[in-house]
Amino acid sequence: MSDQTWLVLGGSSAIANAFAHEAAAAGHAILLGGRDLDDLKRSAADIAIRHGVAAEALAFDALDYPGHPDFMADCRRKAKGTLNLLLAFALMPEQSEMEQDFDLARQAIEATYLGAASILSAAAPVFEEQGAGRIVVIGSVAGDRGRIKNYIYGSAKAGLHAFVQGLRARLSRAGVSVTTIKPGFVDTAMTWGQPGLFLVASPEECARACLRHADAGAEVRYVPWFWWGIMTIIKSIPERIFKRLSI
Amino acid sequence: MMWNERTLTGWGRTAQATMEVGRPERPRDLAALLADTNGTSIIVHGAGRSYGDAALNEGGRAILTQRLSRLLSFNEKTGRLVCEAGVTFAELMRVFLPRGFCVPVTPGTAFATIGGAVATDVHGKNHDRVGSFGDHVEWIELLTADGRTVRVSPKARPALFAATIGGMGLTGIIIAVCFRMKRVPSASLQVRERRIADLDSFFAAFEEVRSTAEYSVGWIDALARGKRLGRGILETAAVAEADPAKPRRDRQRRVPIDLPGVALNPVTVGAFNDRYYRRVPVKGRERLLPADHFFYPLDAVQDWNRIYGKRGFYQFQCVIPDAAARDGIRRALETISAARTASFLAVLKTLGGEGKGMLSFPMRGYTLALDFPRRSGVEALLDQLEGITLDHGGRIYLAKDAVLSPEGFARMYPRSDVFREILAEVDPKGRFQSDMARRLNLKGGKS
Repeated sequence: MSDQTWLVLGGSSAIANAFAHEAAAAGHAILLGGRDLDDLKRSAADIAIRHGVAAEALAFDALDYPGHPDFMADCRRKAKGTLNLLLAFALMPEQSEMEQDFDLARQAIEATYLGAASILSAAAPVFEEQGAGRIVVIGSVAGDRGRIKNYIYGSAKAGLHAFVQGLRARLSRAGVSVTTIKPGFVDTAMTWGQPGLFLVASPEECARACLRHADAGAEVRYVPWFWWGIMTIIKSIPERIFKRLSI
Repeated sequence: MMWNERTLTGWGRTAQATMEVGRPERPRDLAALLADTNGTSIIVHGAGRSYGDAALNEGGRAILTQRLSRLLSFNEKTGRLVCEAGVTFAELMRVFLPRGFCVPVTPGTAFATIGGAVATDVHGKNHDRVGSFGDHVEWIELLTADGRTVRVSPKARPALFAATIGGMGLTGIIIAVCFRMKRVPSASLQVRERRIADLDSFFAAFEEVRSTAEYSVGWIDALARGKRLGRGILETAAVAEADPAKPRRDRQRRVPIDLPGVALNPVTVGAFNDRYYRRVPVKGRERLLPADHFFYPLDAVQDWNRIYGKRGFYQFQCVIPDAAARDGIRRALETISAARTASFLAVLKTLGGEGKGMLSFPMRGYTLALDFPRRSGVEALLDQLEGITLDHGGRIYLAKDAVLSPEGFARMYPRSDVFREILAEVDPKGRFQSDMARRLNLKGGKS
């Protein structure tokens, strides 16, 4: 049993759930936050039975901005020892559907960017006061460059990357590490059934890397690591050529 | 995207189907997948360890349960466990054996899921003593065709419960299962092995151990003929009082490629079977083994089905009631050894009685199981074996089957009429379907 607690937001996602198991296996207590409380309760029970750590499900709504400070204060009270945070929620509807329906695009941007910016803003003072801890934010390779296939979701992630960059500088002064993880293709509900995927990683592999990078206090990491190379190439293509590509 | 076109096979790889496949990550997704009707039929596909076409639905849809694999509650005092359907036996053994609990019944592979265990009412090497998996199930949470979640048990909707146990996934989607784990003093088994010279000696040996041994299983050299017909090894085991000081560490092996068909012939397989027989000393031996060695000997070799090559293999498993067993098993073994098809070891076990399910496989008697590589003529052999099983009042195990005839099925499973009535009630539009259900007319309708 460690003296750390991981708060996992977006706890029903495959990566978040796998991460919670990794952290619990290392002896950390777990708080799972998300909208589907019934599902989170099942996951919390599973974690407690398998790993013998404390695990609790909490109702969390990324869009309830005014409620976020209280939510964070509540988590700080519930946490045993140092509180850490994994932010793993996002909303990625089909790009083509978002192009037809801006309301859908707005929902994606709100959940993925505004919701994340809001809870991180509420978390910042809690972590500053704590003077320790780890924050891991799941970004995306989609945020590295606006692509025809996924630019609406990608723009929200790009905004989040910049937000987290600044937050990293701010919290580093308080001894808190902030890690941005940019997963490539991971075998989750988000990618299930999408054509043209390659080098797909399992949620467990992704989760192990997240925990390892968090423990090392890393800044920005691609997961799996070789996506750094892939994205370096994609980012280096001149715009006048890139606009003609359909990647 | 909810659905993904995939081609899946049964474990024997003789049957395959191209289907739209969904992989829910939480019960809510499951309900959404079921509600997304589009008029197509659905079957649940767990770990894909049934050998034939039970979890396939050509042209329709399949739902994978691999990500619905959580342990929902566990009572240390009573051993009562509630888990989601996608949990495998391997997971349960890994989590609970070190804590002094073991599953009450396990099939011969740990990779099977609990949902699959219920849907096929699996049995283990202790059936004589404790019955099949369904005998230990206290309740099942079932998502039925109308989108409702119901809890069925021997007391609550007993008919639907009995149709779901061994019901091949046709009554609905099993979401969660409650059953009792059994307390064990160690994670090891004290295993006794002895050579058995021929079939008569096997029956004599089983009559002696079936009521006394906690676990028992026989391995038969299916290529042995004449005086040696039915020779093999009898293993009996009991949970050990304590684990050895130094636990064994095992290497996981894997079959990296599909072996070419010629690799298996009566000479190579005969040599293997002979070695298997002789590895046990004439006077027998007794060893302390990790539980999974005894329960899951084949799991040490991952993807072992590739040994049979791309064309795959059939597994045949029948049970013959006690009274006709000596004659029936002998006839089957004679037919098999005369066919000179390259069969690895056959498994001979005793079963204790009928299961709770309307389509449960067990009955009091002897069960014989073995593999046949898919070559020309093997279907005819399987047809002969179906005839022998019928002639002796026996039954063929649906979890293993790919070729049984609908007429044969109807004679072997006298409760199939009641089963069909329940299906007509709970799934009037026939949402749940499988290639096996169509082949065997499990749902009725055809005359």
